[in-house]
Amino acid sequence: MISLDPKIPPGPLETKWDRRRFSEKLVSPNNKRKITVIVVGAGLAGASAASTLGQLGYHVECFCFHDSPRRAHSIAAQGGINAAKNYQDDGDSVGRLFYDTIKGGDFRSREANVYRLAQVSTQIIDQCVALGIPFAREYGGQLANRSFGGVQVSRTFYCRGQTGQQLLLGAYSALCWQNERGQVTMHPRTELLDLVVVDGQARGIVARDLVTGRVSVHTAHAVVLATGGYSNVYYLSTNASGSNVTATYRAWKQGAAFANPCFTQIHPTAIPPGDAHQAKLTLMSESLRNDGRLWVPTMPMDHRCPGDIPAAERDYFLERRYPRFGNLAPRDIASRAVKAVCDEGRGVGPGGHGVYLDFGDVIDRQGFEVVRERYGNLFDMYQRITGEDAYHAPMRIYPAPHYTMGGLWVDYNLMSTIPGLFVIGEANFADHGANRLGASSLMQGLADGYFILPYTIGHYLATANLPVVGEDHQESRAAIQRVTTRVSRLLNVRGSRSAASFHRNVGELLWNHCGMSRNEEGLKAALTKIPVLREAFWREVMVPGSGETFNQELEYAGRVADYLEFAELLCHDALHRAESCGAHFREEHQTDDGEPQRNDVRFAHVAAWEYREGLSPLVHKEPLTFEFVQPTTRNYQ
Amino acid sequence: MRFTLNIWRQQGPNEQGRFVTYEARDVSPGMSFLEMLDSVNQGLIASGEEPVAFEQDCREGICGSCSLVINGIPHGPDRGITTCQLYMRRFSDRAVITIEPWRARAFPIIKDLVVDRRALDRIMQAGGYVSVNTGGAVDGNVLLIGKDRAETAMDAASCIGCGACVAACKNASAMLFVAAKVSHLALLPQGKPERTRRVSVMLEAMDQEGFGSCGNQSECEAVCPKNISVRFIAMLNREYLRAGVVESGLPAEPESPHAEST
Repeated sequence: MISLDPKIPPGPLETKWDRRRFSEKLVSPNNKRKITVIVVGAGLAGASAASTLGQLGYHVECFCFHDSPRRAHSIAAQGGINAAKNYQDDGDSVGRLFYDTIKGGDFRSREANVYRLAQVSTQIIDQCVALGIPFAREYGGQLANRSFGGVQVSRTFYCRGQTGQQLLLGAYSALCWQNERGQVTMHPRTELLDLVVVDGQARGIVARDLVTGRVSVHTAHAVVLATGGYSNVYYLSTNASGSNVTATYRAWKQGAAFANPCFTQIHPTAIPPGDAHQAKLTLMSESLRNDGRLWVPTMPMDHRCPGDIPAAERDYFLERRYPRFGNLAPRDIASRAVKAVCDEGRGVGPGGHGVYLDFGDVIDRQGFEVVRERYGNLFDMYQRITGEDAYHAPMRIYPAPHYTMGGLWVDYNLMSTIPGLFVIGEANFADHGANRLGASSLMQGLADGYFILPYTIGHYLATANLPVVGEDHQESRAAIQRVTTRVSRLLNVRGSRSAASFHRNVGELLWNHCGMSRNEEGLKAALTKIPVLREAFWREVMVPGSGETFNQELEYAGRVADYLEFAELLCHDALHRAESCGAHFREEHQTDDGEPQRNDVRFAHVAAWEYREGLSPLVHKEPLTFEFVQPTTRNYQ
Repeated sequence: MRFTLNIWRQQGPNEQGRFVTYEARDVSPGMSFLEMLDSVNQGLIASGEEPVAFEQDCREGICGSCSLVINGIPHGPDRGITTCQLYMRRFSDRAVITIEPWRARAFPIIKDLVVDRRALDRIMQAGGYVSVNTGGAVDGNVLLIGKDRAETAMDAASCIGCGACVAACKNASAMLFVAAKVSHLALLPQGKPERTRRVSVMLEAMDQEGFGSCGNQSECEAVCPKNISVRFIAMLNREYLRAGVVESGLPAEPESPHAEST
């Protein structure tokens, strides 16, 4: 039976984190040397955690499936990172960043976690500057800021359109230093395939060396998962093709609760899907909405060129529906508004899956050069992919799965329901509630990795009783057995269909029934169709080659097999949450003008799911109490 | 569209490799180069053959995973892009396309078109960082950095570590890669205290990994997907020379973070 004690320190919000840090036990420097921590994943959260733990004196084993930690998908974040620095003196503060994030998440996150995130946000910027990250600067040499969706202050720090790249390379360089010092050992091209749990504590992982195919156990005193999100369950998403749910899903099957899996963010501005062979959707940064205006023709099925449609026959639907925030409405709201106009038959481009993102006004007002300087790289990217010139005709954009707020349940100390298993970054569920605001994921990944986990894990290591566990422990052997059985099962189906074809099927199913809007009937239909698809997979999949070599198709098939199970959990959660909140929109629960209807009486809780073998998953509820802010109707009008 | 592909296939690092010819049919001009390869692989899988191994991940030109030499040019015929950003509309129908892995002694082949680029990580581990502990950093605005300087540092920092510069160089030199990192940190006040050691150890690591030296022919710049300029190699050489002076014990410029140096 899972217990969901969030372990939030009592007392005033502003001092909770300080008091927790003071009350935590420490590990003495001599003892740190004798402690091994496994960090799985080396993106922003993983690399910052591994390097900081190494610097503190722990011995760290860091695993990633890429050839180098520098390739983790954090690298693709474009827009920026938030911090309550108030350098612009425009009224920002820790309190305001806290409130914006809680409200942006539609009051489905913990006050204490979000407040702590806002508090450490300022340290992150200082740390990153110290690491040599070339943030954009003003002419006077000060750090520059830009605006992002869902807020009315300018608090986003950025490095052109490559902020994630620069922050990741900063964390990677810190990791390189600890590699050089011998504190962190890297295991690139190594993929976690199972968790070793001994006497209820996470004590290691089973990983497959992707080059030699060797499956082995690695034991430690604690395990940290920093393995990112699961948007790729939708097949087409803005995630890198390697991003997957396997690590968190396998941990779930070993007893870690999975929280709010149905909170999946669909980003409003991606390049619309085109070709049937398309492998991914490319995001166009949210920063474009600072100057670009979204519109569709007022009349359905209007096939004129955008330039031939006069202003009176254009519907600037975000400005019309949300005059206060206009084109900078939060992502969930903007995405739904795009879907709504497309459902009315007013979408543009092939299949009517698109709306215009128009820079005509800003070009008229400020000139080509200003727009080129601000967004040149994004316009180039758009042109390369679509062959169209967005300086002369508006871009076409459409929503795409992008980020997952749901993840493994963690307490205030970032520990899952398995003692000794910590989860950080996008892989946990903690800080974004039902919707994440732009430029907050980089903030959360680095907050967890640099400033929160390194403290909280110390308390666990100082207080837990951790007898020696070796590679020959019976739980280690059992975990290896589970992995090798599964690998050989995948190889031995020898059917006729590729794993990708099943991935595409499950992705379409989820997009249609558990995508931007959901209803009971659709979710129930998905829940009957997914098991059928899964059975077909295990009957018909073809994985060529062997398990003892570099075999990319085997890696991929294993991930798809997990999506085919995880998809069911996602639908169970979406069905359970009979309310609309944030990115989760249940058609049965909306106002007359199509705005979501939250139900705080029944659903002001975290839904944390427990795995039960052979049975449907069991939901547990962590109530969300709001002592410091009053949940209100989220209004951006 | 349809294409004839001559693809390098090699089972493992110590096996003999060879070109194998495949036909890519029903290709649409809007497909990316990698999506075209995906479709060839889907055909191979359906017939139970092993698909062509190649690296890719983000498919938006930033992770640095993709690494194909296309008709003799790393990342293909267009400048300033990675392989994943190349679209089939760039090729004429029925063209013959040759696809090879990065070829360099320091990048052993793992399988088919996949090479081992860990040598680049080892160069970074030698000194491509600022030794700063987490916590206690001063406010980000304490050290002012002029916009032009920050922008130049960012030009260098844009390197994605793909290794195309190495693949293009007849000496298989990693100078542009090292230059980008050394210049990025040397330009910023935070990188100044360690600049002498950094340039020396990173160049030494580059030599030890088996990369060649710079031939001053700028093929690296021509194929760099991030358009990193060979001017940074000049900056690297200057840093190296400066380090030599400092290490020889002659009086050098002060190592103050405010010291201006260009």
